[in-house]
Amino acid sequence: MTERVIAAIDQGTTSTRCLLFNRSGRMVAVAQREHRQYYPRPGWVEHDAEEIWRNVTRVVPAALQQAGLHPENIAALGIANQRETTLVWDRRTGTPLARAITWQDTRTDGIVVQLAGDGQAPLFAEISGLAPATYFAGPRLRWLLDSLPGAREGAEAGDVLFGTMESWLIWRLTGGPDGGRHVTDVTNASRTMLMDIRSLEWSPDLVEVLGVPHRMLPEIRPNAEVYGTATTVLPGVPVAGALGDQHAALVGQTCFAPGEAKCTYGTGAFLLMNTGPRIAESTHGLIPTVGYLLGDAPVYALEGSIAMTGSLVQWFRDALGMISTAAQIETLAGTVPDNGGCYIVPAFSGLYAPRWHPEARGVMVGLTSYINRGHLARAVLEATGWQTREVVDAMNADSGLPVTRLKVDGGMTANHLLMQFVADVLGVPVERLLGSEAVSLGAAYAAGLAVGYWADLEVLRGNWHRAAAWEPAMDAELRRAEHENWGRAVNRSYGWARPAEVGRRAPTRGPGTRP
Amino acid sequence: MLRLLGSAGRPLALGELAAALDLPRPTAHGIVRTLREVGFVDQDVASSCYRIGSRLHRLGTAGWDRHDLRARAMNWADSLAGSTGCAVYLGVPAGAAVSLVHHVFRPDGSPQRLRTNSEHPLHATALGKCLLAFAPTATPAPRELDLERYTGRTCVTVAGLEAHLASARKRGCATDVGEFEPGIGGAAVPLRSAGGLAVGALGVAGPIEQLFGSGGEPRPRFLAELFGAAREISAALGATW
Repeated sequence: MTERVIAAIDQGTTSTRCLLFNRSGRMVAVAQREHRQYYPRPGWVEHDAEEIWRNVTRVVPAALQQAGLHPENIAALGIANQRETTLVWDRRTGTPLARAITWQDTRTDGIVVQLAGDGQAPLFAEISGLAPATYFAGPRLRWLLDSLPGAREGAEAGDVLFGTMESWLIWRLTGGPDGGRHVTDVTNASRTMLMDIRSLEWSPDLVEVLGVPHRMLPEIRPNAEVYGTATTVLPGVPVAGALGDQHAALVGQTCFAPGEAKCTYGTGAFLLMNTGPRIAESTHGLIPTVGYLLGDAPVYALEGSIAMTGSLVQWFRDALGMISTAAQIETLAGTVPDNGGCYIVPAFSGLYAPRWHPEARGVMVGLTSYINRGHLARAVLEATGWQTREVVDAMNADSGLPVTRLKVDGGMTANHLLMQFVADVLGVPVERLLGSEAVSLGAAYAAGLAVGYWADLEVLRGNWHRAAAWEPAMDAELRRAEHENWGRAVNRSYGWARPAEVGRRAPTRGPGTRP
Repeated sequence: MLRLLGSAGRPLALGELAAALDLPRPTAHGIVRTLREVGFVDQDVASSCYRIGSRLHRLGTAGWDRHDLRARAMNWADSLAGSTGCAVYLGVPAGAAVSLVHHVFRPDGSPQRLRTNSEHPLHATALGKCLLAFAPTATPAPRELDLERYTGRTCVTVAGLEAHLASARKRGCATDVGEFEPGIGGAAVPLRSAGGLAVGALGVAGPIEQLFGSGGEPRPRFLAELFGAAREISAALGATW
């Protein structure tokens, strides 16, 4: 009998990948294509959705070929995606009306400021769980409706559709203009500022405040169900799973119990904690979000994001030229036993969760003649450790569920010195997932559950394997003293940018429910 | 040729190379093509012009950074642990020892401790013997080693060790049948970079009866996975065959 596998598409910020997973959750093939980033103006970042679709039509066959498999060997297809990236397209022609506005794009700051000025922020916080911010999809949709000629009229006539990237791909895969299914998954919908986080439906109030024609909204669906059957790329294969990338990683890391948390370390870092049936109110600037909806009832999560982790190492490499590859920072940091009293606070565009100081800017403190490149390398890595600690502390406080171990994935988990430091400052074990492809695996899991390829969550738990574990080894007194030093360093980053510069270079307010 | 390309400050066309060096075009082309094949010269796809190659910068430096090795090997090492059910190690020479650059746990849920950065004896481990066999200029000669006994099966004679190294070279793989830790065996193969130079060793470790057949030979299934992973990592390190 020929092997049957699950296909996952990871539609990410810089590339689109297709991975195939077998029943034990092991990756058997991967193909990848990068797409172009468009920067038409400062603060604007766009993607060509047609290019992304073309890449899907190439990476899926490439992955099949690598594994020597055919569409009939694929039991189901799941999709993970870059979440708040926003697109509108024409239902009849299948053509996007404009390039997609990505999640990093800050052009909606004017809309967000106006919502706050109109006193609407509490309404959004109450219904969607989110305080208005440029991070989310809803204001981008409003911007598109205001800016593209004919968009609003087309939407009201039912000819223009809105979606995030999974909506676009599912619609194209299941027929496009010829009967394509127009749906969005509940995790992406929870990040539009348009969905009622309790009922999991579009909120008529919020839709009205943002002035969005209801006809253009996709249907909100659970993360694991057969949305439709692919008519192209993988003809006949059920399209059966969709999740935002960080939610997919939560599933891929099998964080199925309240209190379980995962952190994906990439350019930035995203920490999500399962809070079970409870929507945790954050008083520390974390984002309450739908974790996943795999059965009857939604599982909620708290999310804390760290803006600069891998990107700080890239800056150290490219802007300062201290190292020639990112991995070499561990070698350089290993040349000294400690940070020598030096701390780097990477508030390059303000401080995010849990501090929310948009006027803060990066600082390097504690410099003496003793400090050399090795100490700076340590300070760069330690900044990621301490920022993780701050988010975990905020989660512990907001959720009432203390993190007892942290599951990690992503490229920076290759750095063992960093992972040891994270364990040291958190005081809990840090465990790396074997395979590290938590995002794609989570999308595959959702699709596989929907078609019965995997029976239940317990089977998936059995697939989780520890590739490495770092146990806390730092002396408690040293940890306390270093934590205090980090806090003093952060204090020195506050109040640097002048008011005129804040709105232009940094988010005007933090996403989250802080009043 | 290299001095000219290095001082030009811009990519040069073949005609410019030939003229500046006062060489016939076919001769200049033969030289620059050879340099390109070994990576000392890069050719721009669009313009066909030549410039100093990225590999030239590695000449004279002390080989691969150990963390670059780990970063390039990590995905394949994970995949090897998944397909064999064994622990996976990556080692590099460190004086009279092998230093562990990377360690992937045996994926069976059992408690294990991360061994990264620890040093193990060259003569008593598969990784160490692999380095002795395939990276002889980066490791001491067997007669210079302190052949300490760790278990009843540790090889403690220079002649015995040399015989093992000779057979490892023939098989392309070094083994350890409980010579460092009782009951735990391993198999290791070289990781190669540009020019075929062995820069490290990739090994799997596990219970002897799991890894080895009744005749004491490593099971072919494990060897195939190990050689496959080493080939992929070596390709990522710039090795060409």
